[in-house]
Amino acid sequence: MSDSNELTSAQRDDLRTIAAMIVPASDEYKVPGADDPTIQADILSTLGRDAALVAKALDHLAKLAGKPLAALDNARRDAVAKEFRASGGGAAATLVRVVLQCYYRDDRVLRSLGLELRAPFPKGYVLEDGDWSLLDPVKARGGALRRAP
Amino acid sequence: MKNDPVDVLIIGAGASGAAVAWSLADTKMHILCLDQGGWMKPSEYPSTGRDWEAKFYGEWSSSPNIRKRPEDYPINEENSPIKVVNFNAVGGSTVMYTAHWPRLHPSDFKVRTLDGVADDWPIDYDALTPFFEENDRMMGVSGLSGDPLSPLTHPPMPPQPLGLSSPIVAKAMNKLGWHWWPSDTTVATTDYEGRARCINLGHCTPACAQGAKSSTDITYWPHAIRAGVELKTHCRVREILTNEEGMASGVVYYDKDGVEQFQPAEVVIIACNGVGTPRLLLNSASGKFPNGLANSSGLVGKNLMFHPYAQIYGYVEEPTDSNRAPPTCLWSKEWYDTDLSRGFVRGYGVQFVRGAGPVFEAVSSEQKGILPWGADHHRVFRKLNGHRLGFSAICEDLPEEHNRVTLDSVLKDSHGIPAPKIDYTISENSRKMMEHGLARGREVLEAAGATDICINAPIPWGGWHLLGTARMGTDPERSVVNEWGRSHDVKNLFIVDGSIFVTSGGVNPTSTIQALALYIADQMKQRLANLFD
Repeated sequence: MSDSNELTSAQRDDLRTIAAMIVPASDEYKVPGADDPTIQADILSTLGRDAALVAKALDHLAKLAGKPLAALDNARRDAVAKEFRASGGGAAATLVRVVLQCYYRDDRVLRSLGLELRAPFPKGYVLEDGDWSLLDPVKARGGALRRAP
Repeated sequence: MKNDPVDVLIIGAGASGAAVAWSLADTKMHILCLDQGGWMKPSEYPSTGRDWEAKFYGEWSSSPNIRKRPEDYPINEENSPIKVVNFNAVGGSTVMYTAHWPRLHPSDFKVRTLDGVADDWPIDYDALTPFFEENDRMMGVSGLSGDPLSPLTHPPMPPQPLGLSSPIVAKAMNKLGWHWWPSDTTVATTDYEGRARCINLGHCTPACAQGAKSSTDITYWPHAIRAGVELKTHCRVREILTNEEGMASGVVYYDKDGVEQFQPAEVVIIACNGVGTPRLLLNSASGKFPNGLANSSGLVGKNLMFHPYAQIYGYVEEPTDSNRAPPTCLWSKEWYDTDLSRGFVRGYGVQFVRGAGPVFEAVSSEQKGILPWGADHHRVFRKLNGHRLGFSAICEDLPEEHNRVTLDSVLKDSHGIPAPKIDYTISENSRKMMEHGLARGREVLEAAGATDICINAPIPWGGWHLLGTARMGTDPERSVVNEWGRSHDVKNLFIVDGSIFVTSGGVNPTSTIQALALYIADQMKQRLANLFD
């Protein structure tokens, strides 16, 4: 297992490969994959407290693959990925979460989802009041609190 | 270092500590509160940044063991399927809560009499009624009076808008003929007492940058401080000392620079929650109190109650509110009271959840196996994101002595103070209650047309409600404090937090915790002349 919070070059390569397997690019939705350089840079620069677990996950992945993940044929790579997710425990879950949390804050991805590119504060959102007549049946049915002696 | 003595020393500036400090302030006594945390800065709250959701997995995690802020203390919870969640700062866990605001029901105070289980409380609902009302005004509650299946409340602000999610739930509940009602919440829906109204910043559980969600740092504390209460932050209390008469003489704490201090006090009030309070009492063992302070009953730390949460959620075709609204919207009390034909005693409240943000949706759905890797990821994500509806059954946890808080023999906090250890199992009664809740939740979701239904039962990081570990009662052999919060053993020691609950009810407890704190403060004020008799 790596001691350093910095990922090695081989680990970065495997991270990029597995990220693309989790979320590949899509022409249909006009979005990059999670192996996109901007998203990868975001992942690496914000690893922070997750760095050790991500490194552990990548060590596990490397062990399963036996060579760079990208060097495997498609069938073998898929099998390794499946085994990685099944046997990787909390470290694998952390790696997947880190990939997804950076992917789903990328401007291009959010735009494709129809979401605004901003923090919630200070603008917030508008919530429609809704149809309060839906409460009428509840009021009509009534009821009573259980009595306490 | 020894400080000048104070009349009243309060340990903990959270929900109950703030309420008791504010109430006692009108006595003009010298009141000092010590808190291990500091003042929070709303400008640094998650919703101010684009990475707001990512913060929930790290520095803004609800788990102190994950969050690991300097103010947090570690908890050994390996022997518990439910993990403790809390927040340590001025405001305590009101900084990080859903602001869902039900009260215990009158019947919750008479559990033994009504259902033959657990124990009755030594007080009844009526004793707390004026304090519930006072607390609702101080915290600033929004809601709709008149729920036929809940205690009568008078929220000073109108309820939250229904939004997109609530009508979908409401139609399903109406189809099934089941009770629902807009939740009382401590989210301001109008400008209120210097707080700005809610602008729907998203999931406001990890603190509200707008200040619309009530937390005691922005409600009780400004009033208490103006009234003369002194609050010292970043001061972690190690132990309560006693004198030869067996009275509390003050506390030993570490100040913000880590320097050990002794603070003498005439009265000590503990407000550290159902884990922190027994931890402190057990850490205050001495020659005179070898099993921990105020523990002649042996019940300090025992009878821990969490409220196991049975959560079920699914996805509807219509858009839901996602992260664009406070998380909870409606409650139901349809299954709150005992009906033995269900196979369990007591019951549960329900809170409906509006949805999830995109990162949380992606991460949780991938973990559940409903969001695939690969080419189909995008299609499935678009079907899930912004379409989630949730149903959570808050199951009444009955007190059991084997569910307990003790001191860990190895684990310590950053000041070297022994950390708490949790031993907890979910009872058979609670399991049946959870199964019942999940079955009803499935019916509701299916009536709403939901698919891809997922379950979290219990919610693992769902130990929001820390109750019962220093219970109140009239019998010193069966309780830690009396019917007005005073220790049976130490006549100038009071406890005002959730640890004094006798039973847990099936609702979020903060409203009741604060009403109890105000009630105890009122009892103290009425007895000032003979407080220690």
